[in-house]
Amino acid sequence: MTEQQINTIMRNDLKSIVNLIPEKSSVLDLGCGNGLLLAELIEKKGVRGRGIDIDENNLIQCVERGISVSQSDLDGGLIDYPDKTYDYVILNQTLQVTTKPEIVIREMLRVGKYGIVGFPNFGYWKLRKDLLMNGRMPKSKDLPFEWFNTPNIRLLTILDFQEFCKLEEVEITHEEFLIGQSWSASSFWKLFANLFAKSGIFIITSRV
Amino acid sequence: MERNSVGIVKEHTFTFGSEDDPLKLESGHTLWPVDIVYEMYGEPNEDRSNAIYLAHALSGDAHAAGYHHPNDKRTGWWDDMVGPGKPLDTNKYWFICSNIIGGCKGSTGPGSINPKTGAQYCLDFPVITIGDMVDAQKRLIDHLGISKLHSIIGGSMGGFQVLEWMIRYPDMYRSAISVASSAKLTAQGLAFNAVGRNAIQTDPGWENGCYYGRTGPVNGLSVARMIGHITYLSEPSLDEKFGRKLQSADRYSYDLQPEFAVDSYLNYQGKSFTERFDANSYIYITKAMEYFDIARTYGPLEEAFSVVKGKTLIISYSSDWLFTTPQARDIVRALMTNALDVSFIEINSPYGHDAFLVEVEQLSRILVPFLESAWDA
Repeated sequence: MTEQQINTIMRNDLKSIVNLIPEKSSVLDLGCGNGLLLAELIEKKGVRGRGIDIDENNLIQCVERGISVSQSDLDGGLIDYPDKTYDYVILNQTLQVTTKPEIVIREMLRVGKYGIVGFPNFGYWKLRKDLLMNGRMPKSKDLPFEWFNTPNIRLLTILDFQEFCKLEEVEITHEEFLIGQSWSASSFWKLFANLFAKSGIFIITSRV
Repeated sequence: MERNSVGIVKEHTFTFGSEDDPLKLESGHTLWPVDIVYEMYGEPNEDRSNAIYLAHALSGDAHAAGYHHPNDKRTGWWDDMVGPGKPLDTNKYWFICSNIIGGCKGSTGPGSINPKTGAQYCLDFPVITIGDMVDAQKRLIDHLGISKLHSIIGGSMGGFQVLEWMIRYPDMYRSAISVASSAKLTAQGLAFNAVGRNAIQTDPGWENGCYYGRTGPVNGLSVARMIGHITYLSEPSLDEKFGRKLQSADRYSYDLQPEFAVDSYLNYQGKSFTERFDANSYIYITKAMEYFDIARTYGPLEEAFSVVKGKTLIISYSSDWLFTTPQARDIVRALMTNALDVSFIEINSPYGHDAFLVEVEQLSRILVPFLESAWDA
């Protein structure tokens, strides 16, 4: 993803995630990118936060923002992190690029009391229309890639994720959806989210 | 002389220790008096809170930046980093670098005069550890009136010293930076050291360590340095630099003389090292590196680092096979387990262990903001 594209998806998500996290929490951001979200959380919510990313330049930008970071490949799990050391572990716009999403989610709920997962919804009607009408892999402003160069290798819909949580004994304690330009947690949109939401954000916790 | 050099710098000597107040060594022995040779770059601020200690590596010394004489060809070992307007900016910070004890660049070591005999210590010099080096450095820092270092920075064996500082004097610093280092040498590291020491100790010139005033084990020391040098480079970097090039001909000479470029390079490195380094110091320092094992001395890393208070930055290099990324991660994990403020970055570099002296640009991009952020720590 180019910097600009990441930012268009993310900037929208950032506000919503910042609102979800209580003051003074401890936060681990998986795939923290250039540290924008953590910087906001530290400034606005006074959280104790650190980030993980794989990209050297991202990590350097985090250090420049004064954020503690570690270089790590999420697909290797979070072996360096003890159980329940964070209040919130964030996985924003990153789930779809991991090779082993189920391990990443299991690990985030081992290390954190709660997980926050945000991802683009491939059940969004415009994407469905693309595939149905044109017979081509869907593209959009937020997902501008070709099939052969997309970093999004785990395409999922909101329904897929909800189903996955059931199977994995993961409880969804909160969910909200990007409808048009604004986030909504209303029960009305919940019913139609899989068709109308561009993106979803979930707070999850382990049942076991 | 380049424009943003610290210019001509002076060595200072600090002497401490007496029979009543010697330096107590980890081995149980004592050492006194102790000379510490040190250099300073930049100026202290009013409350001396801008002091940064630079810990040198195996073959380094107190001369980290600048020149000693206007005609010096060599600058200090980290001159690319330290200077006015350089990444380690002498306009902001006050840098102190001292020669380790056991060394041969002015601080008390096996080649120093033993006051009890009036002759060189030779092998009467007690075996020292990295912790002992740090204890001596702590005396220097106290002497300079510094109550808290802004940072301690060290690469390779300098990183060992950083880790000892973190555990021995957790209240004495705000931030610590360990580059291309680890909490102990691997068996492979021990093995290379053993070969190096063997080369020195089997050289007839070694004379059981008492060779001062004579030629000394120059061949042995040269071989030790050649081996060391190979471990500091990566296979691709050696290949890129020398490949299979011949030094001065296009055809093989079919005799037994050295003829490959890499051969001449190593010979040169080995030989020039013997002109500036004492073989006994090499033996004592590599021994100190071998004894260094944080977990053995202080308990499992998680416990050992539980006393830490300041911010830590750990940096490794992707092609460093002497001090590897997994070893760096061990330290990071232990600090994180204690919920301490630690950052870790592996810098992608083809230059092997030597990268910490070569890859100045990437390193400074990380160091500069980290040092700034440490004011809040």
